[in-house]
Order: sequence, then structure tokens, then C-alpha cells
Amino acid sequence: MPTDVERWKSEVYGNEIREHLFRFAEEGWDAIPDDERDAWFERFKWWGLYHQRNGQESYFMLRIGTPNGRLEPEQLRVVGEVAKEYATGPGTNPIFGDAYADFTTRQSIQLHWIKLEDVPDLFETLEANGLSAQQACGDSWRNIVGNPMAGDDAAEIIDAWPVIKELNETFKGNDDHSNLPRKWKVSVAGSADGSGQGDINDLALEPAYKEIDGERTVGFNVRVGGGLARNEERFARDIDVWVAPEDTAAVAGGLSALFRDYGDRENRYNARIKFLVDEWGPEKIRETLQSEYVDFELETAGEDVRDQYTYNAGGDGRNDLLGVHKQKDGKNFVGLNVLVGRMGADDVIELADLAETYGSGAARLTQRQNVIIPDIPDEKLDDFLAEDLLEHYSPDPSPFMRGSVACTGTEFCSLSIVETKNRQVRFARWLKENVELPSGVDAFHIHLSGCTASCAQPQIADVSLRGMKTRKNGDPVEALDIGLGGGLGEEPQFARWVTQRVPVDEVPGAIKNLLANFDDQSDEGETFREFVQRHDDDELAELVEPEETSYEDPMMHNTKRTWYPYAEEDSLDAGPAPTRADGTPITSGD
Amino acid sequence: MSVSLRVLDDGAWVSVNDAREVSVSELWRLDAPAFCGCDLPDFVVENVLSVGADGRTVSAKVYGQCIACGETGTPGWVPVGRLSDGEFTDIARERVVLPVRNDS
Ligand code: HEM
Ligand code: SF4
Ligand SMILES: [Zn+2]
Repeated sequence: MPTDVERWKSEVYGNEIREHLFRFAEEGWDAIPDDERDAWFERFKWWGLYHQRNGQESYFMLRIGTPNGRLEPEQLRVVGEVAKEYATGPGTNPIFGDAYADFTTRQSIQLHWIKLEDVPDLFETLEANGLSAQQACGDSWRNIVGNPMAGDDAAEIIDAWPVIKELNETFKGNDDHSNLPRKWKVSVAGSADGSGQGDINDLALEPAYKEIDGERTVGFNVRVGGGLARNEERFARDIDVWVAPEDTAAVAGGLSALFRDYGDRENRYNARIKFLVDEWGPEKIRETLQSEYVDFELETAGEDVRDQYTYNAGGDGRNDLLGVHKQKDGKNFVGLNVLVGRMGADDVIELADLAETYGSGAARLTQRQNVIIPDIPDEKLDDFLAEDLLEHYSPDPSPFMRGSVACTGTEFCSLSIVETKNRQVRFARWLKENVELPSGVDAFHIHLSGCTASCAQPQIADVSLRGMKTRKNGDPVEALDIGLGGGLGEEPQFARWVTQRVPVDEVPGAIKNLLANFDDQSDEGETFREFVQRHDDDELAELVEPEETSYEDPMMHNTKRTWYPYAEEDSLDAGPAPTRADGTPITSGD
Repeated sequence: MSVSLRVLDDGAWVSVNDAREVSVSELWRLDAPAFCGCDLPDFVVENVLSVGADGRTVSAKVYGQCIACGETGTPGWVPVGRLSDGEFTDIARERVVLPVRNDS
């Protein structure tokens, strides 16, 4: 039997959702029939709107998909302005204030507390400026990721931007690919540093050389079926295909059509293509692609450059895109750290001013939740680096700030088990004050996800933190599982979960002790990943010694059982939701 | 009166008549001798897998773990609420012992 979600999708899905969305916006929240709410909220995702969690009814998260994290001149300002105008609600975040934008691990932007009634105006502003929320969530082609500096990065071997642009234009709003069994996440990269993070996407196009008609040609090797969610992490598998840049749409479209036709629509938990690759094996994926979905002979895989991958790999070289880097045209791009990816709306606008003054006005978003300002000429570089705003969004922050990634968590997300972003800010600040990295170690990544969906990509960090619960002195408290030694690179590796259910207030102490033990026991020149690799799980568990320290956690209680974790009166029924367009509560019976 | 029961947002919560009723991250005391070695497993819900009604009792199958011993998995059907006249009534899931039914 098809699931309810599949039934709803077969009735109304894709572009046509928009007219309904606008009609509800016009008529107000109450216009959505009581018995159609589940169906409409499921469908709204296709237009980037995700209903916020229990206690926050009638408020939405809006995700704006920015292909390759690329913001053209003026777009960053528009993001700041719409965040300021629309992304405010009844709750104030004690660290980030009232209006902010989140830069995400898939190079998108998330705004919260969006009212349905504001959607038409909001969409109009976004679209007038070349931005869109189309297919940002839901079962279709999601935002395409890659190296955000494609086209400009001196370290690239092929410019992936024209390919990404073509794929985005071909598969956004494309009726043949708008209703897939599940999300379809694509990465396309042309740089040799691995910053596309293809291994953890449904479809990865990675730079590779192939001898074509006697000529060494640059194109892409194809991998399929990566993903991190639900304790079912997989790296994308090599299907032995090389594709020329001009054929990428045919091959990528063939694969998404294969997924559309053969993916599991009966069971959403088994729907991602990673499970089809498990079942069929890469050979059958290739054979089926060849026989049913493309009308030319596929090339076998070319020579990749994976041995040069450094991004998020934990060794030497570029582990992220922070700091000052040369562009092909001699100008510079400067990566700035946005702790846990969240930036106040006023800061976003101020950064847009700086981008205009010193660069071209353009900006880029990275998969480590950071922002890049490109196109800065040498002669303006020092003045840019001296700007006050960069004290907070630093090109050269403490490794603990730089290495922090965190997902949405109990603040807004239905699936969450623990508070995340604010906690990761507290962790990073405490670690910066209290812990030294061993000498020679300058990259150390800590990723915190509020549940196993793994939006913060915890399994590919040096230290992976994942939301859990435990009891402390008999009382239930928020806790974290601790995993170690994950990372990408030529030989990617998922973290091993070595210590479970550590009360959140003992986690900074655990990391401090772990680092001291690493410093003590590591061999000369050994990276943290190598160190983890040569120990078994029990040995590692010994090295993580959870401990209370001067770190205090104000969010130990069940933050999910609140309408908003930071509210003075936080109980589930103390919140105002659902509310009308102006924020006044709608009481039942109205 | 027909009642719609479904699991949404990738197992985040149970919808009863289009309202959110049961959510992941709840902590349940289960009477489930087959689940782990603990007397009454102290179980955190990580994912709702399915939901159904048997007469007036609404039950859910969930994935999660016992936070006392670490055992992970899916106990049988856990009662999460009751129906009367098509309306859902919560039981105090986090304060009572929930008897797990083991048929599939
Ligand atoms: C309202 C908040 C959010 C909800 C409810 C949500 C939901 C989910 C779910 C259900 C999954 C599992 C996917 C699966 O099983 O296939 C997932 C995975 C993921 N999401 Fe989110 N998400 C949220 C926010 C975010 C944010 C802020 C980002 C950053 C763009 C993000 C990026 C990802 C990534 C990278 C994964 C894991 C990797 C994978 O399986 O492909 N999500 N999310
Ligand atoms: S990892 Fe879990 S808690 Fe965090 S945003 Fe994703 S779904 Fe929500
Ligand atoms: Zn137990």
C-alpha cells in the first residue's frame, strides 16, 4: 500500500503546490482545513517551507537553496533584509537575538518563525533578486553543493559552476523529476581539494581525467548512494562511470529517473538511493543506467584526484575554506568563520556592505556553515581584514570555533532530542578558554547533531556528538553520544561511537581529557584520525573521560518539552502558537 | 467516526487527526522483559516507525534505546493514548509504566 505521503504527492505535488500555498497565505492559517494539515505541510516542503516543531504551530522554517552556495552581488543583503523583516517570532534567542539567518551544511540558508501569510511577499522579494526556495526541502532535487569558489579557485582543475548551473536550471521545477521517492542530494565539484564532499551525497560528480580520442580530458567520475541519516551511514559508491561536462545533465538526469522509477515508495525509511545501491550493487546501477536511461555509451571511470583531497580530512592542507586564498584572476577570497552557521540579520547586512566595499558584492556559503567574501584585490585586503566585524567572524579563529558545526536541534526541529546550536557555541567558547590543542594540530572538527538524521554531519568529524538522554542523580538530562575519528579525504571514514550518553555538562571535560590523552600518547606527527585508527573502541572509550568542569549547561532539562527552550515561561502550553499573521494567538473555537 | 493515524516528518511524531500527539525524545518506562536485561527499560524514543489502533487503544512501534543499559531496537507495540468518540486522549506516557504488546 502506498504511504499517505505518496498518496498526497500523487494528488498535488511540485510546482502546482504554489497556487495553494498562496491561496492559504491570502486566506490565513485557518483556511487550511483541519483534516488536510498533514497533507499540506508535507507538500509545502517542496516550496522550502517546513512546519516548525510541536508548540510552534503556524510558524515555518524557510530554506532558500543557493546552488553551490553562490550568492551574487546584492543577494546577501536581501537575505539579511528578509531575515530582519520576516524571520522574527515570539521567541528570542539569548545568543543570537531576534532575527538571524542560518547558513547550512548544504550551502543553503534557513530562516525561522516565518508566517504563512508573509510567504507571497517574501517569495516576491526573493525571486525578484534571483533567490528561490523551490525544492529546498521535499522529495526532489535539493540544493546542489560543491566548492563554492568554483570558477575562481586557483586550486581547481575544472570549473564546475557551468555544470551546476545547468543541472540546477534543468532539474528545478522539472515535472519529470519533481516527485521522487525521497530527497535527492547532488554534489558537483571540480577542485582537487575534496570540498564538494561528494561522498556523503546521493549523487557525486568528482573531478577526473579520461583519455578521450587520444586526449586527456577533464570531466567527472560518478558515485551514487551516500548519506548519513538514521544509523545507516554510507559513502557514495563508485559506479565506474566517467562523464564529460556536456553530458552531465543526461547522466545525472538518468540517475534521478532511475531513482524515481526504482526507489522504494512503500517505505520512506528505505527510500533513499543508498538502499537501492545496497540492494543492487553498483554494477546493476550502471547497467540499468546504460540500458534504460542514457542513449550513448557510458565511459568507464577516469583517473580521479582523490589522493589530493584535504577538505575535512584531518591532515595537512586545506581542511576548510577559511582565511585568505588566491583566486585565478589574482584577487583574493576570504573565508570567515560563522560559528554554528548562524548570523544576526544586522550582521548579514553589514557583511553585505563590506562585500560591496572591498569585493564585488558577491558572497559564498560553504559546507562547513561559513561564509566567503570573494573578489578582494590585494590592495584592499589589509583594510578588509581590519574591519571590526571580522573580530566576530574571523578568517583565523580558534580551532575550536573553526571546527564547530551544529544543526538546528530542539529550538525548532521536530526530530531533535537535544539543544544544539547554542550549546555548541557554549562548548566552543569554553574549549577556547580552557583547552590547548597539542602542538602541530591546527584543525580539529567537532560536529553536533541533535539526532541521528545527522544534519550536522557528525560522522565525518574528529569528534562527533549526537543527541541522546541519560539520567544524572536519577533525573533525566540531555546527553550526547561521542564518536571519534571521522573525516573525508581519499579514504573517508565514519566516526566510531565509543562513548554513549554522556551528560551534556560533562562533554567539554571529556573533550579536554581526550585531547590531553592524545597529546600524551600520540606518536610524533600523528594526526588525530591516525591516532584513533590504531586504537580499538574500548581503548578509545578509556581515553574519553567525561567529567564536570567549570562549564555549566543551563539547558540540561528536556528542552523539547518546551514551546521554546529559551522562553521565560517555557512550558509547552505557555507558548502563543498557533497565531494569526500579526502574532496574536488563535484560541480554539475561533 | 474515522480517525486518521499516521507517522510524519521521518518518524518525528504521531499525527492523530492532523494534530501532533506523540513525539520523539520522550522517555518511557516500559514493561518489556524481552527488550533488555533491565527490570523496566528506561526507554528514549528516537524514531516512530508505525502507529495503529486496537479498539480504543492507540499504540506505536518505535525505535530507541534503554538509557540504563544501552540496548537499542524496537520493543513491541507501546500504548500511547486512547480514543473516545474519535478524540485522542493522552496517557501520562512519561509518568506511568507502559505495557508492551509483543505480537507483530
Ligand atoms: C527543521 C529542521 C530540520 C529537519 C526536520 C531535518 C530533517 C532531516 C531528516 C529527516 C534527515 C534524514 C534524511 C533521510 O533519512 O534521508 C535529515 C538529514 C540531513 N539534513 Fe536535515 N533537517 C533539518 C535541518 C537541516 C539543516 C539545518 C541542514 C543543513 C542544510 C540539514 C541538512 C541535512 C543533512 C546534511 C542531512 C544528513 C545527510 C544525509 O542523510 O544525506 N538539515 N534532515
Ligand atoms: S540532526 Fe536531527 S535535530 Fe538536528 S536538525 Fe537534523 S533532524 Fe533536527
Ligand atoms: Zn535496559
